[in-house]
Amino acid sequence: MSVTTRRRTSPPGAAPPARAHWRHRLAERGVDRQLWLLAPAVLFVVLLFLYPFFYGLGLSFQPNEGGPFSDYARFFGDAYQRDTMWITLRLALPAALLNVLASVPIAYRMRGRFRGRRLVTVLLVVPITLGTVLTAQGLLNFLGPTGWFNRVLLALHLTDEPVRLVHNYWGVFFSLVITGFPFAFLLVLSYLTGIDPTLERAAATLGAGWWQRFRTITLPLLMPGLATTFCLTFVLAFSVFPSAVLVGNPAGETRVISIAAYQAAYEQYDYPYASAIAMIMGFIELVVISVVLLARTRLYTGSTGGKG
Amino acid sequence: MSGGTAIRSDDATAGSARPRRRLVASPGAWLVWGAVVFFFLNLLGIVGSVLVSSFGQRWFDTWLPDGWTAKWYGQAWGEFALLDVIVVTLQVSLAVVVLSLLVGVPAAYVLARRDFPGKRLAYLVFLLPILMPPITYGIPLATVLYKFGLAGHLSGVVLANLVPSVPFVILTMTPFIEQIDPRIESAARMCGAGLRSVFLRVLAPLLLPGMLASAILVLVRTVGMFELTFLTAGPDSQTLVVALYYSMSAAGIRAQQTVDSMAVIYTSMMLVLLVIGLRYVNPTQLVARVREESDS
Repeated sequence: MSVTTRRRTSPPGAAPPARAHWRHRLAERGVDRQLWLLAPAVLFVVLLFLYPFFYGLGLSFQPNEGGPFSDYARFFGDAYQRDTMWITLRLALPAALLNVLASVPIAYRMRGRFRGRRLVTVLLVVPITLGTVLTAQGLLNFLGPTGWFNRVLLALHLTDEPVRLVHNYWGVFFSLVITGFPFAFLLVLSYLTGIDPTLERAAATLGAGWWQRFRTITLPLLMPGLATTFCLTFVLAFSVFPSAVLVGNPAGETRVISIAAYQAAYEQYDYPYASAIAMIMGFIELVVISVVLLARTRLYTGSTGGKG
Repeated sequence: MSGGTAIRSDDATAGSARPRRRLVASPGAWLVWGAVVFFFLNLLGIVGSVLVSSFGQRWFDTWLPDGWTAKWYGQAWGEFALLDVIVVTLQVSLAVVVLSLLVGVPAAYVLARRDFPGKRLAYLVFLLPILMPPITYGIPLATVLYKFGLAGHLSGVVLANLVPSVPFVILTMTPFIEQIDPRIESAARMCGAGLRSVFLRVLAPLLLPGMLASAILVLVRTVGMFELTFLTAGPDSQTLVVALYYSMSAAGIRAQQTVDSMAVIYTSMMLVLLVIGLRYVNPTQLVARVREESDS
């Protein structure tokens, strides 16, 4: 009786009826209906993410002139466009690496309880919320030739003339660090506090020194978390757009790939070409991420014994 | 026996106190704290220089401006039609928050409670919009939205901003829902509650803190989201951050200070949201909840 009603009410594409047996804690009819709760979200992702994505992918193979691959050929054939890939990677990879590597010792120091820890974490959230546009405006004022940073350097006689820090590579790099470092730090801190401190204490009892404990116990447990953190900060750094325009030199040194895509779409109105550039951009990003995640599978995965 | 425990607890306190004691001696600690202080000094300089400049009369080659004034705020308010911009920002953010919660929470519930074929695929699909740079899917999305005549209006901006927000709600809500004991729902069902009343009268009150937290995170993200709004907004559907970008890239026509005061207005709006948010959200949660991404 119950089996037939379940068969009748199970929607197409939902869980096969046999699975419902495993969940007999729930009322049987409810189990079938429950999967429909997923429908709005799935519909939403298909309509607003997958459809546009594949539409763009299709569009990139239908250039305004030439064969299906001519827009890709155009991108790779033109040195001015092709270089945007290296410019983006040269900005995003060092920035993401610095953010992750600098977070490790600082988070290692701060994982214990100390006064003002909440204050430090709250202060670190501020740059995340400021966003890139405001950071750019602040960097222009602060690091500019008459800004406070250069004034301090001049007052300390560290330099004779103002250091040029904005409208070039370094301006963009600093903006990536300012917005990316707090993000990386909070992630690394939450991974570190997730590692059971008794493991290290046990090693200390056995006579391991500070460096030995860090290298053979904490670091291996932390590595998967570091890989994930690197991926997330890399995504943030890779999609750099406003700061590359505002504090960088968008015509030369910091003409990142998103600027190339934007110009194709909104200045030349060449949507197929813009889609092709966007696809190349997504592809490069996914390659970097999958390399890191692939390396991550070779690391320890499992419980770190802490709060989890 | 009692001696053994005494030594152990002694050891434990020594272990927890050690970092603070080392602070005085070890050069490593000095280096670390020095780096943190340097970072915060620069951060203070960045935010402070915008703030000081927005109140300054004239500020060229000196440590501080010549005089102080608040007139730039009035000027920025009028010149950039900031009231309209703020209204648009609030409309967009609230619409995005409400819609993403309505779509995301039920999906998070299913993902947290149920095991079904294709669950990993569903997870991956929900993760992709967060893992991809906004420009990558923003340009095809804007093209599609323009094709259907949705871009350039408020609705297009809302739809575009929903793309990263819904997955974000799903990712933050799933652990919250997993924490709730499923036996509570079973008990409610045993007492004759239907799906509707289980959701409205049992789950909703329990999930309220989680929903509040993720609503505030989505709000902050949407107010700060530049790329997607930039790609889809028309002249009368700009949010504050996009208007700020336009005023910055068209600088030179206007006094620098009006741009700065607009930036200060934007920052104070974000800070108000942040202060409200931090009452409900633990700062490490802001990013740590995204950790599920690693499972894909």
